[in-house]
Amino acid sequence: MSVAVTKSRYQSEEFSARLRRRYAAERRFRIAGMLAVGIASLMLVVLLGSIVSKGYTAFWQAQIRLEVTLDKQQVEERNYTAIVRQALYAQVPAATDRATRRSLNDLLSSGAPYELEAMVNANPSIVGTTQTVWVRADDEIDQFMKGFIRRDVPESERRLSDVKITAIDALVANGSIRSTFNTTLFTAGDSREPEQAGILGAVVGSALTLVVTMLLSVPIGIAAAVYLEEFAPKNRWTDLIEVNINNLAAVPSIIFGLLGLAVFLGFFGLPRSAPLVGGLVMALMTLPVIIIASRVALKAVPPSIREAALGVGASPLQTVTHHVLPLALPGILTGTIIGMARALGETAPLLMIGMVAFIVDIPGGLTDSATAMPVQIYMWADSPERAFTERTSAAILILLAFLILMNGLAVFLRKKFERRW
Amino acid sequence: MSNEHIVRSFAHELERLSNLITQMGGVAEAQVDAAVKAVARRDVALAAQVMQADLRIDAYERDIDAEAVRLLALRQPLAQDLREIVSALKIASDLERIGDYASNIAKRSLALAQVPVVRPAVAIPRMGRLVESIMKDVLDAYIERDVQRAIAAWERDEELDDLYTSLFREVLTYMMEDPRNITPCTHLLFMAKNLERIGDHATNIAETIHYLVVGTTLRAARPKNDGSSFAVVEPGGSVMDAVTEAVERGLPRDGGPDNDGAGHAA
Amino acid sequence: MSVQTHIPATAMASRPAAGIHGTKMVARDVKVFYGAKQALKGINLEIQENRVMALIGPSGCGKSTFLRCLNRMNDTIENCRVEGLIALDGEDVYGKNIDAVQLRARVGMVFQKPNPFPKSIYDNIAYGPRIHGIASHRDEMDEIVQTSLQRAGLWNEVKDRLREPGTGLSGGQQQRLCIARAIAVSPEVILMDEPCSALDPIATAHIEELIDELRENYTIVIVTHNMQQAARVSQKTAFFHLGDMVECDDTEEIFTNPRDERTQGYITGRYG
Repeated sequence: MSVAVTKSRYQSEEFSARLRRRYAAERRFRIAGMLAVGIASLMLVVLLGSIVSKGYTAFWQAQIRLEVTLDKQQVEERNYTAIVRQALYAQVPAATDRATRRSLNDLLSSGAPYELEAMVNANPSIVGTTQTVWVRADDEIDQFMKGFIRRDVPESERRLSDVKITAIDALVANGSIRSTFNTTLFTAGDSREPEQAGILGAVVGSALTLVVTMLLSVPIGIAAAVYLEEFAPKNRWTDLIEVNINNLAAVPSIIFGLLGLAVFLGFFGLPRSAPLVGGLVMALMTLPVIIIASRVALKAVPPSIREAALGVGASPLQTVTHHVLPLALPGILTGTIIGMARALGETAPLLMIGMVAFIVDIPGGLTDSATAMPVQIYMWADSPERAFTERTSAAILILLAFLILMNGLAVFLRKKFERRW
Repeated sequence: MSNEHIVRSFAHELERLSNLITQMGGVAEAQVDAAVKAVARRDVALAAQVMQADLRIDAYERDIDAEAVRLLALRQPLAQDLREIVSALKIASDLERIGDYASNIAKRSLALAQVPVVRPAVAIPRMGRLVESIMKDVLDAYIERDVQRAIAAWERDEELDDLYTSLFREVLTYMMEDPRNITPCTHLLFMAKNLERIGDHATNIAETIHYLVVGTTLRAARPKNDGSSFAVVEPGGSVMDAVTEAVERGLPRDGGPDNDGAGHAA
Repeated sequence: MSVQTHIPATAMASRPAAGIHGTKMVARDVKVFYGAKQALKGINLEIQENRVMALIGPSGCGKSTFLRCLNRMNDTIENCRVEGLIALDGEDVYGKNIDAVQLRARVGMVFQKPNPFPKSIYDNIAYGPRIHGIASHRDEMDEIVQTSLQRAGLWNEVKDRLREPGTGLSGGQQQRLCIARAIAVSPEVILMDEPCSALDPIATAHIEELIDELRENYTIVIVTHNMQQAARVSQKTAFFHLGDMVECDDTEEIFTNPRDERTQGYITGRYG
């Protein structure tokens, strides 16, 4: 060993140059990574931003104030249309000729007389009095108030005539138009009239479908996963089953719809458009997802726990039910909820089994005709009215909210039940 | 050691320990040799040297003890390695005793040199040669891990004991013949006893070698023919018997210091 | 001793059992296959009652495999096939009369990594007795939990926090908890698969002391890579090598004067 100060190879110029290059490469990689995350976030922000900016207006609805005189005879004749119209004419004294008055009729939603009727039915004592009521304005008026129909456009290219605009101005001037929270969106079923259309029918349809899906796929999926993971011998047959399950998870959902159409509707003759059939199809579709997620969760339980249980003389079933399954539950729950969320957002199979129908009524049972949220969005997106555009976005927001809620629940459950070992 | 240790430093340390024993054995052997020579040649200087050199042996023992304790603590030896280290401790202590006896012989040779030569003194070199040859065999057996050789050496301790017994009787006879002989003869007696003890320690080492190599203790009864403990020599009568007995065993009754080192020992 | 009746004396590999200790378990020509691979090539071994038997040998020599044969933990491994005879008190453990679950209650096991259930300390101990229906009411269960923890030398450390999770204990305490869990079901034999390999020397000393005490009431078989540990805790030691049981003898014999070259090489670190 020489005492001379010899530089080690790790102190040489060449090595420090190499070190610099290594750090530079690392920096480049970090920047690329941050860029990727940035682009992804930006896309998400653009997507959400566009949906929110288009959709938030749908949560407000223009209403017109009417001083309705509930004439006893007219009520008995159920001529609410006349009552409403008279009240409207009273609000716009300038409109005296028939043509103007007829165009005024379009200011109100076609549902306004029914609103009034419902009010009277709820409280018959108001018959014979004069009441101040707010009724929904027609969707075009609503759109005009939100600024989507512009008055500086020539009348021929505008959906709203000058006469109506004058009338609206008059109503605005005396404070007879207001914008309120659009409760109809949450309490009504579908309608051809945007101001009367709501998402509730679709929400209930989706909920019924999901209940069927969950009741079927969760027990079956978990049982299948437990059997395959903990009990089944590893041989050619179980390998085959495993491969098939993995393939099923990758099968396009429309295929499940076709299957449902052929088997449940064609062979078993179940009703069309029913949440029951939708749920069955969705269950088929989510089963592989749940089985795979559950098997992963079961695999993640350390074998030492199984050994510990077997070591004190627990039977294999006791080992699974007392120890393995509780430990795997958070993972299984997460997988299940994610599968459910996927089912909630699925459209294609529902199209095949007729859940794409226009259904005004809110479904009351599993065999009632129903539609589902994504299908509702699909149908609204197809509608020509300007007001449906914003309602489409609003429905998307509601669907997203449900999905976020479910994923949040998944995270919450996992955090709550996750145990350390 | 047929197989090398995976931890080579351990093998080296064991080897070092073994080398220390070999070296110490060499020194002890030389001490015995020198002490016997000092007696035979009445060489005071040599005797002083031997007494001086005993310190080296003590130093060796301390080194070996320290090394063995270190190995026990750090390596946690097992089986052969454990026996190796335990044997080293035992052999070192035997060699140290041998060194002490050699030193004692040298010390007594100083006293013996002060007085005229007594005839039985010639038996000391003879015993010395036998002891040295046993020691040499034992130490060689240690180096080569040769059990057979160790056992052979171990069996020859009997010869030594016989020699000692006969010398004992002879010396007693001389002391009875002339009280002036008592001083040199007592010293001679102790020297012979020392040589006999050296032989015993050499047999201890042989037994240790057996344990080291085979793993068990030597089961056969140890040859112990030191009959001096029972020897009774009374004036007249039996005295001559003892001497005759000694003659019959072929022991030389006279002759000067014998330094050729050849002959009987082999 | 019905073992003697149907096992030929010629099959004896180890030296005849010395002293008053009866034979608790016997292995005769035990062969284990994992698929086509043979892991054990005919093991003959006797495990004596109330003694500690240490199994030593290089990794992959089959000692853990053999240990797991003794309470049929190998049953859970796919493709594992066991041939030969393993008897507990003269009864073939792979025979029709013995159920694996029942066997594992009689032959308990402690594993390499402390593996308490992610439950409370109390429930960890109580689990075994509960599933076997040992305790009929609450007080009885409390009693079992307490004595098990006391025997495992853990009671004083945990008596005030029985409701806290067992996973919150230190490594050594967890392992003692696992031992307490094993003895809670009153097994006859306790198998330990490298129980101290993850523990510090103090925790190891606690476990070793515990093993020594448990010997009075249980028969213990311990697999260890630590030769000093085998020397410290066991009375008998068996050396396994490449699926063979090379040598089985009194521990002091194995560690001072092994008969076989391979044993010698292994324990002195000359194993090639």
